[in-house]
Amino acid sequence: MVADPVLLQAVADLFPNGISRYAVGGLLVGLGTVLIYIGTGIPAGASTFLESTLSYVSDQSRFQQYVGSRDWRLVFTAGIILGGLAFAATFQSGLVTSSLYEPGTTGQLYEVAGVTLWTTDVQPWRLFVGGILVGIGTRIGKGCTSGHGVCGVGSASKTSLVGVMTFLTVAIGTAQVVAALGVSP
Amino acid sequence: MSDRHPLFKPLIFVGGIVFGFGLGFSHMARPEVVLNFLQFDDLGLPFVMFGAAIVSGIAFALLPRIRDAAPLTGDPYERRLKPFDRNVLVGGAVFGVGWGLSGICPGAAYASLGVGNITILWALAGMFLGAYAQGYWRSRSQARDTAVTGAD
Repeated sequence: MVADPVLLQAVADLFPNGISRYAVGGLLVGLGTVLIYIGTGIPAGASTFLESTLSYVSDQSRFQQYVGSRDWRLVFTAGIILGGLAFAATFQSGLVTSSLYEPGTTGQLYEVAGVTLWTTDVQPWRLFVGGILVGIGTRIGKGCTSGHGVCGVGSASKTSLVGVMTFLTVAIGTAQVVAALGVSP
Repeated sequence: MSDRHPLFKPLIFVGGIVFGFGLGFSHMARPEVVLNFLQFDDLGLPFVMFGAAIVSGIAFALLPRIRDAAPLTGDPYERRLKPFDRNVLVGGAVFGVGWGLSGICPGAAYASLGVGNITILWALAGMFLGAYAQGYWRSRSQARDTAVTGAD
């Protein structure tokens, strides 16, 4: 089969960084979820950590219902942070390279003690205001990109499929409007 | 719980590391890359979310057939099924606006801190504030509902 150059160009435009870093990263996210599930039977999501951790400082009933899981959720989040750092110390620092990993050009790189770290150019107000809405929405909506998107979709849960379609559609609309208003980055 | 298996937390920790490494590798820890997807400049993101969903989906489907209960907790293997109600749509829409504005979700924000993104503390502060606001409000309305029911 001869590859159509127009088609190839279209694919290159849609996937300027290829797909392997996304697919491999996704497999690892799934693998982390599966490791925990095999051992414990828990389909772990990331956003409950926000409320379970608030139970340490607030006795509101919405937070206190997570007292039983707050310690391991703290451990899960510590692991996620350390996993990000392990990525920074290897692929992001160029210590390990692979044809499956495309470094890209976003944000700013800086070095601390031989490790290449990365920081965003996205404006703090967007992160802060967006973060508030993420905190409200994920908790009212019963899940985030990992709870609904990975565990819920993996469970073929209709609730999660509807949840994912909702936040994906609204997020695309929001990002398009924000970009059209000239807000960048 | 004090009667947990000694390997319970170590396994959660290792799972978290693999999970966070994947979020770093896939660049989901970078808000720019998520925003590039939402603006249709780079359509890679679904490979992360659905790739992860397929891997976990295989485990969720197979494990209940292989074993009755998880070795470290004794809990049965169950799928993640949550009841549907209006909150799923309302919360999903609010989350969507926040995700579309910031390009960051909770798990990716933790991983982002790990790759060195100190600026993401703004998003984490916002997430805790938002989670606190809805929890405070819902705890109060729950208490009020209980009080009304109790008066009947």
